[in-house]
Amino acid sequence: MDLDDQANVNRLAEESSSEEMVVILGQPDSNSAGLFAETVTRGDPTWAGPLAGVPLGLPVYHILEPEIRQSMDADVYQEHVGLMELSADVDEIIKWVKFYREGGGDTL
Amino acid sequence: MQNDPAILYSSYVLAHAPDFVRYGSKPTRDLAAEPELLEQMAGSLRSWDEVLAYPPNQTFIGNLTPDDLAAIERPWYENLVSDAESEGPFGRMITQAALYGLMKLCDDFDLLMISEALAEQARSELTGFEHRRDQITGATTDELTRFIDDNDGFELYHEGVVAGFIRSVHEQDASLEAHVLFENLACKATAVLAVSELLENSPINPEDVDYLFNTGEEAVGDRYQRGGGSLSKAVGEVVGCVNATGSDIKAFCAAPVHALLTAAAVVAAGLHKYVVVLGGGSQAKMGMKFRAHLRNGVPILEDCLASMAFIVGPDNGDAMRLRLDLAGKHPIGAGSSPQAIYQALVVDPLEQAGLEMTDVDRYAVELHNPEITEHGDGGDVPKTNYRTLAAMAVLRGEIERDEMDAFAAKHGMPGFSPTQGHIPAGVPYLAHAHAAMRRGELQRAMIVAKGSLFLGRMTQLVDGVSFVVEPSAGLTKSTEK
Amino acid sequence: MDLKDKQVVAIGEREGVSGPSLKLLAESAGANVVFSVTQCFV
Repeated sequence: MDLDDQANVNRLAEESSSEEMVVILGQPDSNSAGLFAETVTRGDPTWAGPLAGVPLGLPVYHILEPEIRQSMDADVYQEHVGLMELSADVDEIIKWVKFYREGGGDTL
Repeated sequence: MQNDPAILYSSYVLAHAPDFVRYGSKPTRDLAAEPELLEQMAGSLRSWDEVLAYPPNQTFIGNLTPDDLAAIERPWYENLVSDAESEGPFGRMITQAALYGLMKLCDDFDLLMISEALAEQARSELTGFEHRRDQITGATTDELTRFIDDNDGFELYHEGVVAGFIRSVHEQDASLEAHVLFENLACKATAVLAVSELLENSPINPEDVDYLFNTGEEAVGDRYQRGGGSLSKAVGEVVGCVNATGSDIKAFCAAPVHALLTAAAVVAAGLHKYVVVLGGGSQAKMGMKFRAHLRNGVPILEDCLASMAFIVGPDNGDAMRLRLDLAGKHPIGAGSSPQAIYQALVVDPLEQAGLEMTDVDRYAVELHNPEITEHGDGGDVPKTNYRTLAAMAVLRGEIERDEMDAFAAKHGMPGFSPTQGHIPAGVPYLAHAHAAMRRGELQRAMIVAKGSLFLGRMTQLVDGVSFVVEPSAGLTKSTEK
Repeated sequence: MDLKDKQVVAIGEREGVSGPSLKLLAESAGANVVFSVTQCFV
């Protein structure tokens, strides 16, 4: 994740409690979605940015997950996510984001 | 019509520059924090022979087609091409020594000093440029030491040892600082070779060129106009385009497609006859994914500068017509959803002509080599783009959902371009498209480019532009015979 | 997960769903988007 964005997420997480804060991702593949989910939960796995070694443990969801989709406007959702829902490997993306959200083990 | 605009010729160049990787933006930042990474990096750089025989590189210069590449098993860095050539039908690959020679002959302000040994190697490995070869001079060890002592700047390496130095021009001017000048000079030098190749391999002479559009992403200028300058005329000067002027079109990765469209419009309007669109290499992007490559035991694959050039002019019967009536753009008001973007870039222009998505034989999208990006955070960019196009065709009812993979395979291609910003943006396919049209295998291709405007923090918007190319009438007739 | 009144950080991607799109969607669920950004890896 961009270093400046890591710093912003870190600052916002410090300013609010994790019960209030939610991270929503929009990556089109499981690799990058997993990487971002890991960054905001366990810390930056590339050890390049401000979140290296900083396990924020934030609740993180992908925009494709039913849990967050249900409360969103259905028309807006179709317009902005409908195409990716068709093109992306939805199950694989959700699997990895959920893995990091739930604390996971060493590996899936 | 007399001035029907067409892409007449294309050229592509790769310059292997393993000792430049450490000066890419990412390696520079990471090495400052962790100097011990340098040794690991040095052990993961590829040799000239490995880079030469790397299948995506052979595709870039035209010795393999994208379909040939798709048939080669991954990882490509382990399945090298036997008997690889440094020259191809679309251009050539050069060594690092030759690149230093090019940079020397492009250096009009004595910014760069190289050793006598490197200069000698450069002269032997770089052919051509007779009128400027005398600028490829070397310095003695004493001269080089004095230059280093007397100037701000940084040392340059060749084969792992110090072999030169580039100086800052003005200690209080961040725009003329050595690192910026190094990027600009590398961009100019590689663009010079691409334009030189382009003109040498076409019947159009340098003095026939009326106008040059540079599309590189470097910020040329000084403290009062950072990035406000131009490389187009600087490049044209070296290759002898004495009758041309030029300007730069800046649009992040989408710049080449903006520039080709503009060039075609300029030709159609009759303002100029022959317009060259060019783009040099992005030194800043070298080694961009090197940490991911090191973590995954992959060689550092971003070890080349890439450049390209195109001539746009009136259709000569053996060219690719650029259909100005089928140009796509992502307007400001279109919205940021992927659907809105692809509707604007792909569907809207086709619909104007009563065409369906399946009427385009091949789409050329962001053609980043997936082997470079998928070990890190980027995934397989072309694959994602082709899946999205296929999904768009499903939404439009043109294909069934279970035909998406087949659509992507038939209308797409594997990425084969270095991750050099503006270079991969659809345009590496143009010469392949032209060759396929000459063989009678391709009737219509669409080039689709996107630009990440939000990176500059002045807007959240993305950008995108597209155009369609079709064979000249002459090509269609010759294949009918 | 009820997003109503949550402080949302939206991290989009150019080739997927962008930051502004995620912001719009989260706001449609009553969330307060405190930060949204689009990433580009190439």
